[in-house]
This record gives sequence, C-alpha cells and structure tokens, in this order.
Amino acid sequence: MDRARTAAAPAEAPAAHRTGVAVEHAEQRPPSDGEAVFAVRDLTVSYGSNPAIVDVTMEIRRGEITALIGPSGCGKSTFIRCFNRMNDLIPTARVRGEITYHGVDLYGKGVDPVEVRRRVGMVFQKPNPFPKSIADNITFGPKVTGMKFDPDEIVERSLKRAALWDEVRNKLDDSAYSLSGGQQQRLCIARAIAVDPDVILMDEPCSALDPIATGRIEDLMRELQERYTIIIVTHNMQQAARVSDRTAFFTAEVESEENDHRFGRLVEYDLTENIFKNPQDSRTEDYVTGRFG
Amino acid sequence: MDTQPQTSAAGTPAVEVGAAERGSRSRMDLGGRSRPGERTILAVLALCGALSIFTTVGIIVVLIGEASAFFRHVPLRDFLTGTEWTPQAGLERGSFGVLPLLNGTLLVTAIALLVAVPLGLGAAMYLSEYAPERVRKLLKPSLEVLAGVPTIVLGVFALNIVTPALRGVLGAAGIEVDFFNALSAGLVMGVMIIPTVASLSEDAMSAVPRGLRESGYGLGATKRQVAVRVVLPAALSGVVAAIILGLGRAIGETMIVAVAAGNLPTITFDPTNQVQTMTAYIVQTVGGEAPRGTVKYQSIFAIGSLLFAITFLLNVAAQRFVRRFREVY
Ligand SMILES: Nc1ncnc2c1ncn2[C@@H]1O[C@H](COP(=O)(O)OP(=O)(O)OP(=O)(O)O)[C@@H](O)[C@H]1O
Ligand SMILES: [Mg+2]
Repeated sequence: MDRARTAAAPAEAPAAHRTGVAVEHAEQRPPSDGEAVFAVRDLTVSYGSNPAIVDVTMEIRRGEITALIGPSGCGKSTFIRCFNRMNDLIPTARVRGEITYHGVDLYGKGVDPVEVRRRVGMVFQKPNPFPKSIADNITFGPKVTGMKFDPDEIVERSLKRAALWDEVRNKLDDSAYSLSGGQQQRLCIARAIAVDPDVILMDEPCSALDPIATGRIEDLMRELQERYTIIIVTHNMQQAARVSDRTAFFTAEVESEENDHRFGRLVEYDLTENIFKNPQDSRTEDYVTGRFG
Repeated sequence: MDTQPQTSAAGTPAVEVGAAERGSRSRMDLGGRSRPGERTILAVLALCGALSIFTTVGIIVVLIGEASAFFRHVPLRDFLTGTEWTPQAGLERGSFGVLPLLNGTLLVTAIALLVAVPLGLGAAMYLSEYAPERVRKLLKPSLEVLAGVPTIVLGVFALNIVTPALRGVLGAAGIEVDFFNALSAGLVMGVMIIPTVASLSEDAMSAVPRGLRESGYGLGATKRQVAVRVVLPAALSGVVAAIILGLGRAIGETMIVAVAAGNLPTITFDPTNQVQTMTAYIVQTVGGEAPRGTVKYQSIFAIGSLLFAITFLLNVAAQRFVRRFREVY
C-alpha cells in the first residue's frame, strides 16, 4: 500500500507544481518569522547498533506546518517520534545529539517524557481510536493529564475544531468504531487537540484514507495551523505541496558496500515553494519530480 | 508413516510426465490424480475426531440416563430448591435438596476467585506491560508450571499447612476455624487457578495493538494509566473469558475440596465452617458404599449433570467473550 503510494505520488507531483496549485498556497502565507519551537542539532537515532537517521540539523518554527518527505525507510517516522519522545518506548532505540523545545533540552536530565507528550500531541498513520465511546475518546487525554474540564464543553470544542462535530453530535455515546476511517482519523485529531497541545505531530495521517477524507484533513490542518505548530510526515508530494510551509527532504543512503544497511539523512530543508519549484539538490529534484528510482 | 512414500510415489510420475510430455500433453488436462496418501490421512484424522465426539456423546448419554432414573424418584424441583441433603437416610426418609452442596461449591469458588482474580490480573498486567522481555520469557512458562501441580498435592498442602496456619492465626484472633473448612480449600484453589486467569488475561492484554498503547502515551498518559485505562478495557472481554474459565475450573475442582473442605453438606456463608461441595460429595459416594441402582448411586449422576450444565454454560459464555474480544480490533 505504502509502496503504491510512493510510486504514484511523485508521478503526479510535477503536474501539481507546474500548475502552481501548491505554490499559490504557500505564497499566500509569508513564512513565519516566529521563534523556533524545536531546534534539532546533529541528531542521530539508532536501533541497537544500526543508525536509522543520521546528523539531522534543522529548526521547526512556531505556527508553521512542516512536511517531512522522503522514500520509505529513510527514518521519517523515527525522526518525528523524537519530538515527543515516543522512541523512548522502543527499548533498542537510542537518540544522540540534541533537540531543544522552546530552548529546553528535550532529552536533558529531569525532562519527563509524559510532560513532553502533554504538550506535543501525535496522530498516527492508522486511525486508532480507543474501543470506547466517541466522547470518552475525547475526554481520555484531559482525564489522564488531570486537567480541570467540563466534559460536554471540551467534547464539543475539540470535535468542532476537528471538523467532526456536525457528523457525530447526535451519537457521542456510540462506539468510536462505528465511525468511518476518515471520521476515526479526525476523531484522533480531536482527541489530540483536547489536551490543548502546543505542537501536533502527524505521521502519514491520510495514508489510510480516500481522497475526499484526505482533503478534509488537509483543510483541517490549515485551520489548526492558527493555533498549533504542525509537523507532518507524508508520502504524498501533492499533500506536502498543498499544506506545508516548509518541507524537509530525507534520503536513505547505503552505509557501506558490504552490508545493505541504509540510514536516512536530511538532504534539503527549505520553504515548500523552493523545494518543489527550485530545489538546490539534484536528489530532491529527482524525488519531487518523480524521477527517483 | 507410510503416507509419505505414497505421496511421492503418486507425485513423482506426474512430474516426470509433465516434464517429458510438455507440449504434447494438453495444458488443460486438469483431471484428478490418485493421491492415496491424502485419503489415508483424512481417514485417520476423521477417525480421531469421531472417536472423541463419540466418547463425549457416550458420557453424556450415561449421565443423562442415570440422572433421569434419579429424577423419577426425586422431583427436579425438590432437587433444585431443597435445602437439605441427606441421601444416606435412604429414599423414604432422606432428602435430596442440592442447595447445601451448591452452597459449598459456590463458597469455596468465591474465595478462590477473590484470590485468583486480583493476583492473576496483577500478574498478567505485570507480564504484559511492565516486565522486560527476558523476564517475561522466563516467568510466563513458570507460571504455567503451577497449572501442572497435581491438585491432590495442593489438597494435602491445604490440609496440612494452610489449615493449621489459619487455625493458628485466626484462632489467636478469637475466630474458631473448623479442621475442615471452606477458607483453606478456597485459598489454595485460588492459587490453583491463578495460572489460568493470568495466562489467558496476559494473552488478551498482549493482543491489544501497540497503536492503542502509543495513542495513550501520545496523549500524555503514564505507564500505569495506559495499563489501566487503555490496555485493560481493550482486553476486557478476553480478561472476562479468562476469569470465567478459571471459575469453571474452580467449580469442577475435586481433590482440593475433597481433602480440605470437609464432608458436611450445610448452608453457610462462613468460610471457617466445614462444607461439602458437589464434587466432594461425588468422591465420597463413589469411594463409599453405594450399590448400583440405589438412589444414592443415581444422585451422583444428577449432581454430575448439574456440574456439567454449569461448566458447559460457563464455557459457552467464555467463548462468546473471547469472540467479542477478537472482533474489537
Ligand atoms: N522498532 C524498530 N526496531 C528496529 N529498527 C527499526 C524500528 N523502527 C524502524 N526501524 C528501522 O529504521 C529505519 C527507518 O524506519 P522508519 O520507520 O523511521 O522509516 P520511514 O521513513 O518512516 O519509512 P516509511 O515511509 O515506510 O514509513 C528502517 O530501516 C527500519 O527498518
Ligand atoms: Mg513511517
């Protein structure tokens, strides 16, 4: 499934940027001069002794949507999971280098990953609501984080922000599994919003969805951008072009000739417009125009 | 054994023919080949399946036959609602109310569940959520070894170690404990069913998709919150199934109660009292003098049928729960 997308998406991408659809959107918003929410310096993540992504240095700016693109296996998921310390859950994963979050070393001593995740929410590739009611899915986060809240109000507000309210307002007590895949994914976004995070990480949030559901989530992301900083991993070039302000392109390089192990590297990071219209690196150009092998 | 040569004997010529006559032989020749090995194995397996079904059916037929002989003498209603069980007094003067025996069974079982549910779930949660992989690989099989301890050993343990300890401790607190008592048997029976509860619950918890746990963590839940509020509810039907299966084992358990709980059919909720369970009654009667054809002899089958009905219903219930928990994701 993923592979099909990887193959299909770049083929469509050139058309998208030549018609200017993507770029127009990016031009409407001046790149934020906001402060860096995250500053990543020389970040290397390994699983056991195998590095998955090496020496990444970049900044994520407040109020922007940053897209991470690149071929399968180049470490995008590994990378995005560093921002909320989700990799802590994988015993073999090791993170070196530095990520600061508003100037605080995210991996520093005394930083509680639980506190990090309360501020940096995450939406996953597969819609994965809890086997509970729609309302309970929303209130889960506020409950576990000990927020003081009015359940009705927070359910309504979160679902409205996630553009799901009108579809589910009359069945808030139904199981979340009674929703369609696209609705479930918006529920997951609503659930992430309910704890009022600062940043939302999205790892291929639309890859299990049809184009219409995808479109709705893209619209939603632009609305959410008003309040939240968003980082999104996507295999869909058009999506990156349509929704993001900045794009980071990663590749998977072969580590050595003898063994086949590959690790990811950041090739180019720039305004989305530049990445798609005027990439500096030939590998980026090959990838965004679909010439990538 | 001899199926293998047959298979290859049947298979080899076919291949050779295919190789030699490729082109001349029609591509569309999809006609049947004779494969005697396939048929032999099918027959053997079918026989095994049929045998176990016939045995079960045979047991049920005997059970129901003898039980219905019993119910010709004792009305079903008296059996199910009577509060006195005195079969030794004979058909005329004895009474055949099963409630004292049912009471004994349920009392011991309830104590067993009070032990096994918290400990079993705790163990399951530790194994599935907290234990490092190495510890889990070591602990889970050893927990299952506990299920292999012969129950007669557990019964002797209850009578010779747990009962004296209870009598010592509770006696010092002014609570009199009978030499045979439901408490001791129930506690040890609880230990007996911990592996059932723990192992099956652990399976259910481990089957909860990683994505659900990650969602929980992603929303700022702590490890404990993920275990209690995400994993446990998601695995609930599997956990309930595990408890029901444990319950079924407890109700059917015989040796521990026969040795340690006593042989006095009474209606009581005091765990320090002597009781008699349905299973213990059967053991006592089979071991004693109950000539074939007497009501006392037939009563074993009536109680056997009741036990069978209860455990059968529990198994059905457990299976339904298991099926539900498979459907969830
Ligand atoms: N839990 C893990 N344990 C060991 N290696 C892992 C683990 N997760 C990922 N990897 C390895 O790290 C590398 C990067 O994986 P990652 O999932 O980050 O790639 P990705 O860019 O997200 O790929 P995709 O586009 O297919 O999602 C891969 O080589 C992968 O095999
Ligand atoms: Mg990925």
